[in-house]
Amino acid sequence: MTAEPMRQVASVPRTAGETYRDSILPCRFEGVVYEVGGKRPIDGLDLTLEAGPVTLLIGPNGAGKSLTLRLAHGLIAPTAGQILWQNRKLERAGRGPRRQSMVFQKPVLLRRSVAANLDYALSVHRVQGEERRQRREEALARTGLTAYARQQARTLSGGEQQRLAMARAWALKPQVLFLDEPTASLDPAATAAIEEIVRAMHAEGCKIVMTSHDLGQARRLADEVIFLNRGRVVEHTPASDFFEQPNSRAARDFLAGKLVW
Amino acid sequence: MDYLAAAFQAAFELIVSFDADLWEIVALSLRVSLTAVLIAALIGLPLGAAVALFAFPGRGALIVLLNALMGLPPVVVGLVVYLFLSRAGPLGVLNLLFSPTAMIIAQVILVLPIVAALTRQVIEDLWSEYREQLVSLGAGPARAIPTLLWDGRVTLVTAILAGFGRASAEVGAVMIVGGNIDHVTRVMTTTIALETSKGALPLALGLGILLLLLTLLINAAAEGVRRYARARLA
Repeated sequence: MTAEPMRQVASVPRTAGETYRDSILPCRFEGVVYEVGGKRPIDGLDLTLEAGPVTLLIGPNGAGKSLTLRLAHGLIAPTAGQILWQNRKLERAGRGPRRQSMVFQKPVLLRRSVAANLDYALSVHRVQGEERRQRREEALARTGLTAYARQQARTLSGGEQQRLAMARAWALKPQVLFLDEPTASLDPAATAAIEEIVRAMHAEGCKIVMTSHDLGQARRLADEVIFLNRGRVVEHTPASDFFEQPNSRAARDFLAGKLVW
Repeated sequence: MDYLAAAFQAAFELIVSFDADLWEIVALSLRVSLTAVLIAALIGLPLGAAVALFAFPGRGALIVLLNALMGLPPVVVGLVVYLFLSRAGPLGVLNLLFSPTAMIIAQVILVLPIVAALTRQVIEDLWSEYREQLVSLGAGPARAIPTLLWDGRVTLVTAILAGFGRASAEVGAVMIVGGNIDHVTRVMTTTIALETSKGALPLALGLGILLLLLTLLINAAAEGVRRYARARLA
């Protein structure tokens, strides 16, 4: 296959008054271990997430892809090692709004209208008044949900719910967006819609870090691939290299559809 | 048998003729129990949610205590409130004993653990579903409490109803702190107890029927709200 050239989009200022210096990237994992129940699903992870390329985390079940996203996003804390963001004081989870968002496989939407779900996220980020209205309407328009603004969020279809989760992430104008298998339970059309939104956010300068089981999707979206196996980084290479000439046996087996041990 | 039939007939006559004494008693019952439930909900909903969301030393013990207090014997609550409010008690100066206010206080104590304990359970379940999303958005526990209470609103109606059921049905606490004084602190349950022991069955039966109807009505309304909300909010 012909490889797309690496898309290098610098992380651009997201909001008025924010400069390049405010970038929270790169994010560095240094010897990160996550232990649970005597096991180590993440076992000595070193990696650097740079501003720019769309990064796909792939690997077999249990490789630690979702845990890596959760560690990076601060939803769980490493047992050992450290995760460093630039300006990291601003990026602790549970301490108010941050400049990173996450979209989960199964979106958790509040039991209120589509528009109110966006307003809620914006109000947590202390976006008020006219700016809130503008960002909400823009996010609805960019994700094709304007017509659903007043509908109860939980009555949307699965694909629409995930689009709303994307709209919510978009409205917050993150520098980094983590996506944990966002299309795993969606049909092809809904998947294409989500991928389109991912591309649009990336084009606006948002760093994308995504896990996927869908190799076709990984080929379509990835600029670079981080291949994980047993809680460690096995390969971290440009996507074209990874799909054409994987270095490791584990990656070759994985791409060939064999069980990886 | 005749005497039972006659009692039922008299009871229905009291109800349909809008007997003034009877309706005064019903109105006071509603006032006392609804006020107690409202106060207990205002305290118990955020309290239960806070226990669900915050980690603090003694949390496990507090949960056990809240669950145990759901089964507080009303007469014991009545006795304790009586001791506090009686002339010689620490709150005697307030002169509240044998007043509707004293009855409301006793019922708040009975209802609060029910609302708080059930709320704790509901919110803890919701939190496990919402936690990652809310933390990701930047909402800490303090922000999450109102969010989860609102999202759990349909289920929480059940907790509040359980509290109302407890308040409207109990007799021990309101009897002791209210004193069952005619036209002042007489409510449905205390009147039923008194009239039955006096052998005045019509009033007792009439009130008993109304009490059952009221409970049915409120639960039917709540079920209606739940169904409507479930269909609309999904």
